[in-house]
Amino acid sequence: MTKRRLAIPALALAALLGALLLDRADAWAQGLVADLSDHFVAITAGFTGTDVLLFGAVDEVGDIAVVVRGPERNVVVRRKDRFVGVWANSDELTFESVPTFYAIAANRPLGNLAPRPVLERNQIGLRNIRFNAIEADVTEVEKARFVDAFIRLQKKQRLYSDDLGSVTFMTGKLFRTRLVFPSNVPVGVYSVQVFLIRDGEVLSAQTSPLNIDRTGIGAEVYLFAHRHAAAYGALAILSALVAGWIGGQVFKRR
Amino acid sequence: MQIYLPIAEMSVDVLLLLGLGGAVGFLSGMFGVGGGFLMTPLLIFVGVSPPIAVASEANHITASSVSGVLAHWLRKGVDFKMGLYLLIGGMAGSSAGVWLFGILAERGQIDLAISLLYVIFLGIVGILMAQESIRTILRRRRNAGPAKRIRQPRWIRSLPLKIRFHKSRLYISAFLPIGVGALVGVLAGLLGVGGGFILVPAMIYLIGMPSSVVIGTSLFQVIFVTANVTFLQSVQHQTVDVVLAFFLLAGGVIGAQYGARVGARLPAEQMRGLLALLVLAVAVKLLLDLVITPDDLYSLQVMGAAK
Repeated sequence: MTKRRLAIPALALAALLGALLLDRADAWAQGLVADLSDHFVAITAGFTGTDVLLFGAVDEVGDIAVVVRGPERNVVVRRKDRFVGVWANSDELTFESVPTFYAIAANRPLGNLAPRPVLERNQIGLRNIRFNAIEADVTEVEKARFVDAFIRLQKKQRLYSDDLGSVTFMTGKLFRTRLVFPSNVPVGVYSVQVFLIRDGEVLSAQTSPLNIDRTGIGAEVYLFAHRHAAAYGALAILSALVAGWIGGQVFKRR
Repeated sequence: MQIYLPIAEMSVDVLLLLGLGGAVGFLSGMFGVGGGFLMTPLLIFVGVSPPIAVASEANHITASSVSGVLAHWLRKGVDFKMGLYLLIGGMAGSSAGVWLFGILAERGQIDLAISLLYVIFLGIVGILMAQESIRTILRRRRNAGPAKRIRQPRWIRSLPLKIRFHKSRLYISAFLPIGVGALVGVLAGLLGVGGGFILVPAMIYLIGMPSSVVIGTSLFQVIFVTANVTFLQSVQHQTVDVVLAFFLLAGGVIGAQYGARVGARLPAEQMRGLLALLVLAVAVKLLLDLVITPDDLYSLQVMGAAK
């Protein structure tokens, strides 16, 4: 299914773009239009991750950086230390409102796109995400260690990624990239930012929302478990009793 | 085939879950133990987070214990009065266990606590069982007659509030079953086990119950204690994944049948020796994980899930 979606013929893409350009005539003033193949990702019972196609056009040649940010949460990062021979969590740092998902894609390495301050201001690139620690008494060196660890762990879970070079220009002005969401993607409202960069300056930026949510039976179970926790617990017990009884009957010694 | 677990929020292979359920079910059918002490570490090993593994495994054990208790009930192998006293302690203990679980999880120490408790209790039980089965096998070789009965410690007989348990033919202090039930309850709340691996030896050696009613009574108490854990974990932490529990059970019911058949063919003391090895292997594995420098010293916890 993913493959098929990626193999959208150029014609169809052009038609989509045409419709998009008519629809967003005002956007041309900024020199950039872009949109997603889907604005909603449904997590169903068989969800194994998905791809969303981002495509767009620029009015003049420039560089494109795409930033996908997931819902923001407070995240505790803990470090283990040895106590009497056993490794146990000891120091911790809580980052306030950090994106639980972050992906950066661009048509070439970030260093060639724009100077560091520009990238930092727009939080383009894993190293330019702003991290605010709730604990005030932490040194910069120590904080940097926790930030490194956080990014490393998120990358390991495929929730943070920097796939530079993955934005491709098809002609001089049409571009596209594939946004990859793994099966463990957090649910919530995502923002997809597209930056048009020329001569080291951000000329224009456009943000599209992307909603990732559970649907179907899985969603029902999750909502029920959270909204009616006591009833869920009682039902879980009841179903265990019934299932256990049936299991015992089916395989009763003959 | 992948399936998305709605509470664990991850997708896993259905065959992996059925396989885990089947393998643990096989061993539990063979040895007559619940298997929670194997399943919870295995679930954590395949990537289920410890809070969800513990809570969902409690739900799974409720179901598998129901399957087991029916047969014992028909055989009149359940001492309900003893079960009730065990339950008084068990309910209090498991409630305390779940409460403690919440506090430890918040402090980021639950993984450590789970591993340490496993190492301690599996280690003790494994060593005791291994000793006993080696002694029995050696004695059999020397033809030295039946084993000496292990005596109850003397202080136990001096406990107050004695009650008569007709079915078990015992006249003992009520504090004994209540205390044993409470200890096992705490472990059930914290570790996602039924506690059979502690309960059964405690019933035989500490309380002194006849072996004909031990397994049935232990299953009876485990049903209620794990049901209590399921309920409290659902209400307090929303960590019970019924889909996960269901697939484990489906595999387990089938595995247990084959395990029971194999178990029936092996001599009792060899069985106990094998079980001791299995218990010790799990304990050593968990101990090594605690002592060996981890690949990554850092870990993450995302706070405040979306509502």
